[in-house]
This record gives sequence, structure tokens and C-alpha cells, in this order.
Amino acid sequence: MSKDPILSVSGISKTFGGLKALVDVSFDIQQGDVFGIIGPNGSGKTTLINCITGFIKPDAGKVFFKGKEITGWQPHKIAHEGIARTFQIMRPYHSLPAYKNLIIPLCSPRARKTGGWRGGGKHGDRSTVAVDILEEIGFERDSRVPYKLASTLPTGYQKRLELARCMALRPEIIFCDEVFSGLSMSEIAGMIPLIEKMKIEGITLIMIEHRLRELFRVANRVMALNFGEKITEGEPNVVIEHKKVKEAYLGSEGV
Amino acid sequence: MENKRKERIDRGIKVRTEGIYAISSMREMLFLLGPRVFLIVVILMLPFVLELAPYWKRVINIICVYALIGISFDFLANYVGLVCLGGAFFTGIGGYFTAIFNVYLSLPVYLAIPCATICGALFCTIVLLPCLPLRGVYFAIVTLMYPLLFTRIIEALNILGGTNGITGLDSFANPYVEHYVIIILLLIFLFGMRRFVIQDIGLVFRGVKDNDQSVRASGINITHVRIFAVFIAALIGCFAGAYLAHLYMWAGISLFALDFSIIPIAGVVIGGGGTLVGAVIGCFILVPLSELLRAFGTFRIVIYCILLTTFIVFKSEGLMNYMQRKYYQFERWVKV
Repeated sequence: MSKDPILSVSGISKTFGGLKALVDVSFDIQQGDVFGIIGPNGSGKTTLINCITGFIKPDAGKVFFKGKEITGWQPHKIAHEGIARTFQIMRPYHSLPAYKNLIIPLCSPRARKTGGWRGGGKHGDRSTVAVDILEEIGFERDSRVPYKLASTLPTGYQKRLELARCMALRPEIIFCDEVFSGLSMSEIAGMIPLIEKMKIEGITLIMIEHRLRELFRVANRVMALNFGEKITEGEPNVVIEHKKVKEAYLGSEGV
Repeated sequence: MENKRKERIDRGIKVRTEGIYAISSMREMLFLLGPRVFLIVVILMLPFVLELAPYWKRVINIICVYALIGISFDFLANYVGLVCLGGAFFTGIGGYFTAIFNVYLSLPVYLAIPCATICGALFCTIVLLPCLPLRGVYFAIVTLMYPLLFTRIIEALNILGGTNGITGLDSFANPYVEHYVIIILLLIFLFGMRRFVIQDIGLVFRGVKDNDQSVRASGINITHVRIFAVFIAALIGCFAGAYLAHLYMWAGISLFALDFSIIPIAGVVIGGGGTLVGAVIGCFILVPLSELLRAFGTFRIVIYCILLTTFIVFKSEGLMNYMQRKYYQFERWVKV
């Protein structure tokens, strides 16, 4: 008998004009899961995240977070509940130094409620807390990197900054939208321990990924989408052997 | 042929004055305080210096009014990402509110202005509320339309004195009070806003400008942030309007004139956007210039336009950004 899921999605559908982006997608996520969502380009992965985190209103279906319905809420309210997300196209605050980027989430009502980070406290100095978080996420404290303008950072650091922005909220769930894409092998090798650390800290992760090999190193469950429909869900090595998943990625052989 | 390019490097003294070490020597402190004290002293001295030219003394007040509206525009445009084309809306609302308080409710000047500032800012924020959750040009268009709308309402319904306006507002006790009320408030708003935008809450504003989606994903309601920002900008604009009404002892529909929207924006372009003090410098150049050109009649618009275009083409960063760079950095030619 399994526990109640931390996040439960049932029957999400979304159409853009004539395009069916999502068709009746349902899944449950348990506390502490690292849940992978895979699928070819345009299969609706990012739309699914947008629907769950409130950036798009789904046409039908419901989203429950710890038993509470959050369907169609404003993004900031959903973030306040403890669901953070990264963006596929990085969205740092370009004109601010990297550590100042974290001041903004640290100013949010949620960060105030959760007390910032490690005793940052209500009246703690947010800049200090921000540098602490950046250090956890792999910005060397004594180097110049945390103090550089966000727009001048290399892609790897911008991806980390996205994660850091989520971590500043002390979320219960993080949606990672292609955090590995556009990174070199060595940068990915540096990211994986971060993901594993978050997992140990009890954060539930939902990862959209094209880099299947890296994803399967960390994920314990995977869902595959194609043309907005859920194909299958289960253990990573089972999902990848699934006939329809292979078809989706490689094309079907003479129907 | 050798290729060379210009390299810009921060001056040693700029780096030294970034932290607490700035107070270690007089030279460092002077580097930091010099320009600020210079600006404050020059502005405070103006009424005395211009004792010789009474006509120009009146101009100081107008310059300061435009400079305040310029600060409010610069703050909204470059720190919050809302382009407000309606400086006139703020001055008009501020002016009419102070007239209502002073003439109809007979509050004294020094109570009417603060009340009008706060009530006016609240009123402006509430009417602008519908377009705040939207992205894009809506805010700019609505702020441009409101002054016209209110002019027509006042004309058509013949309320608040109709086309004649409300007359008989109290004036200030004497010309020096008149000057120093606006000069000191200008300096307070200027340095206050410069401090405000580097606070944590100021960073949230800049975050909304850079990337509103990220701010939403961080659990902050961007509409609330924008409401707060518009309230602050309206506060500055309404104060300018309320002051102006008492200066002229009259609140009429010319307080909604397009000048109050356009000249401060032009001032910000010339002075340098994103610096706040640029708005002040720009207005201190533009407004006297437009007074000087009064002799040319309507032809002055041409000269005005040429000047603006020149600035936009050749120095689009504006004076203040240019001077700041020269002050903080030196340039040298290096081989590529």
C-alpha cells in the first residue's frame, strides 16, 4: 500500500488552437521521487510543467499538491506552496550580479515564512544567505563568479543559478526543465551530485530531459510522452525498452 | 596595420571606495562625496545666486518640478520596466487634490500638499490598477490617455471649476520658502530613491523589469510589486503637481498639459536613463534652454527636436552615464 502522493495530476488536457498539446495526462509522484519526463521534441513536456506550475491554465484536468487542489492558481501562489521550477531558456536577472539574483526569491513571502536559509532568519542579511546558497550549488565563494553579472556567466553557471533560485525558496518539489541541455559532459558531471544532494535533502524532483543516459543515473521513475499523450510510466530501464517509446524516438517501422 | 581597440579599466580609487575602506583616507572620501556634495551645494545655492536675475529665480521652481517628474519616470521605466507617458496625469491629479483640500476644505498649505500627495498617489494607483497585470504597451498608452480623459471630463461636466479651474489657492509664505520647499524635497526624493533602488525591495523591482516570469516563479506577485512601484512614482508626481498648483495659486486643466509628460522624458534621455540623477541634470539643461529659446517663438520646437535627436543618435546613453564612466574608469588603446 503506497502513501498518499505529494503531487497528483489527473487528466490534464490543453489545446493551442487546433494543436492538442496535452491529452488526458495523469500521474502521481511520491515524496522523494526523482521523476523523469521524456519524449521527443514537441511532445508536450514543457507545456505539462507550465500547466502544473500555473504559467498556463489547463483546459481540463486537476492538479493536487499534498491533497490540496492547485489547478489554475497563479504561479506565485503555487511557488508559495513549495513548488519551484527552472526554465528551459534560462531567465536570470541580467542586470544584476549572480548573488543578487537570489535576493529576489529570498524576498518572497515563502522565503520569509521558511526563514531563508540555515538560520538566515527574518532579519538576516540576504546577501550573505545568497552567497551561502550559491556555494551549495557550486559557485566558488572566493572566486569572482558569484559577483559577476548574470548575463556574463557561462551556460553552466546560468543553469546552476536557475537551480539556486529554486533552492532559495526551500521548495518541496522542483521542476527541472532540461537542466542538462546545452552543457558539456564535464559540466553535467558536476551537476549530477547536486541533483543527488537535493534528493538526499528530501526534495522531490521532476526532470524533463533529453539526455537519457544522465537522467537514468538519477531518476527512479520515468514517464514518456508523445504527441501530448502519456505512453508509459515506470522504472527507467523498463520504459526505455517499451515498444512505443522506441517508436517515438526512432520512428515506427512500416506500419 | 596594427589593430587596436579601446580598453576600459576601473580606476584604482573606484575599486578602493567600494567597501568600508573608503573611509580610510580623505582622498577616497572626497572621491565618493565630491560629486554628490557638489550637486547639493549648487542646487541649494541657486536661489541666492540668481538673486540678480529675478525672472530666472522663478524658473528654478519649474525646473525642480520637471526634475521630480523625471525621477518618477526614470524610476518606473528603468527600474520597474513600466513606461509611463503620463507625468501630466500625476501633476494634474496632485494639483486638483491640493486645490480641493485647500480651497474647498480650507486646510493650510503645509497640510494640503502632503494630503494631496498621498490621496493623489492612491487615486492614480487605483485608476491605473486595471492595466498593471498586463505586459506590453498597455500601461504606456493608458497613462498617455488619462490626462486627456480627465481634461475632457472636467470640461464636459463643468466640475472643479470647469475650464476656469479652481482659483484662490494659498501661496507660500515668501519666495525663499517657495524655492526651498521644492529644492529640499527634490534632493530628498533624489537621494532617497537612489538608496531605495539598491535595497532588497529595489532589487525585486529590477527583477520585474529584467524578467517578470522568473519573479512569478519565485513566489512573488508581480502585480503587487507593480502597484507599489506605481504608488511611489505617483507620490513623487503628485507632490510636484500639488506644489505647482500652490505656486500658481490655481489648479486648472493646464496641469494636465502634455508638457509635463514630454519634457521630463526628454530630460531623462539627455541626462541618462537609469541613474535618477540624470533626470535632474537633464531638466536643468532642457528647461532653461526652452526658456532661452522663447524668443524664437514656435520655432524653438525645431531647435528642441534637433538637440534631442542629436543626443539620441550620438550619446544615447545620456550625459550622466557618460560622465559616470569617465569618472570611474580610464581608457587606453591596446593591441588586439
